[in-house]
Amino acid sequence: MFKSLIIILLSSVLVNNYVLSRFLGICPFLGVSKKLNQATGMGIAVTVVMLLATAVTWPLQLLLDKAGLGYMQTIVFILVIASLVQMLELLLKRFIPALHKGLGVYLPLITTNCAVLGVAINNITDGYNFLESLVSSLGVGLGFLLAMVLFSGLRSRIDETNIPKPFRGLAATLIAASFISLAFMGFAGIVEKMFA
Amino acid sequence: MKRNSNWSILLKGLLKENPVFVLILGTCPTLATTTTVDGAFGMGIAALAVLVCSNILISLLRKVIPDSVRIPCYIVVIAGFVTIVQMIVQAFLPGLYVKLGVYLPLITVNCIILGRAEMFAGKNSVGKSALDGLGMGLGFTVALLAMSTIREVFGAASFAGIAIPFMENYKIEFLVKAPGGMLVYGCLIALVYVITKGRAPLKKSFSCAGCPNAANCQTGACEAAAEAEIEKGDA
Repeated sequence: MFKSLIIILLSSVLVNNYVLSRFLGICPFLGVSKKLNQATGMGIAVTVVMLLATAVTWPLQLLLDKAGLGYMQTIVFILVIASLVQMLELLLKRFIPALHKGLGVYLPLITTNCAVLGVAINNITDGYNFLESLVSSLGVGLGFLLAMVLFSGLRSRIDETNIPKPFRGLAATLIAASFISLAFMGFAGIVEKMFA
Repeated sequence: MKRNSNWSILLKGLLKENPVFVLILGTCPTLATTTTVDGAFGMGIAALAVLVCSNILISLLRKVIPDSVRIPCYIVVIAGFVTIVQMIVQAFLPGLYVKLGVYLPLITVNCIILGRAEMFAGKNSVGKSALDGLGMGLGFTVALLAMSTIREVFGAASFAGIAIPFMENYKIEFLVKAPGGMLVYGCLIALVYVITKGRAPLKKSFSCAGCPNAANCQTGACEAAAEAEIEKGDA
């Protein structure tokens, strides 16, 4: 039991990293990774929202299935995530203003982060139980944080180099992301071997 | 003159304001579904259908929707159309449904659709919004086709699932894997920059103007983030 949870956690952080191998959450990955502290803030905010969204959407799917409304999944999930993000922002603003100043600014961007909706839907399609879903969301969030932090370090190096004009900006950024993704491909199979 | 402007609305999506290569919207499906040509084509058409329908409906409702809650309203409209498309694909093209997997419901959060709703359909007449949706959707489809052709032909030595015999020994399998997608995408952005001779606005920096999420984020969120950072630096 414990072992399977560890496997889910590690494989969603390293092997099936959402940003680098499943292409979910690319927009914030490219957009907010310019500075280390922004990247960390966004990563933590995404992790928190993913955990909360999974905690709400997983039981909700049971209700939907019971009512025979499984096809409403997309609409219900996106509404839940959007309102959850809004509520979280209001709560942080009201009760923990210091944290709101650090993380709150990233929250509105998260509604349209496809990784959040993606992990909520994937947990259902992968047939995880409630605990496994939470662990997998935590793993995906941490994987996102790891990718953001690593990439922000690389980004600051790119800014200092002299790049041919057509490649300046996003083109060079994407090619750099490609190399990080290549490095992460090296993790394939490592988790299964570790526990074999 | 009027026909001219309508044409330009339709055509600007193809190259000058191509959503994928110039506006840099919808990056996730672009990278994820372009490993095969047929998957990319299916994704492009599905997004095109949702884009045209949601643009028309949002444009019709633009005077009804209160400004402060417009984003949630847009999302509900889009999610509704995505569900319809999802059901149609599941019923008539089950192979494509399996292939696209989670990326089909994720059209809901495709920045192109919400971005066009916010930037265009919320401000323009129904006809123009439909044309804009059609143009942007075609631009998206063409971009996906271009990327998937490169990736599938050179990476898997086939085109839309049909094997190309003489290329079998020269496959660059890297291209159909995740990093290959990013590499091809980066190179194509540079190519489009060269073709348009840099007239298209290149995203030089990721300020609010260059941020892919700018259309969807609350105005000033990014500036607030920048300011908060400056304050932190001062402290």
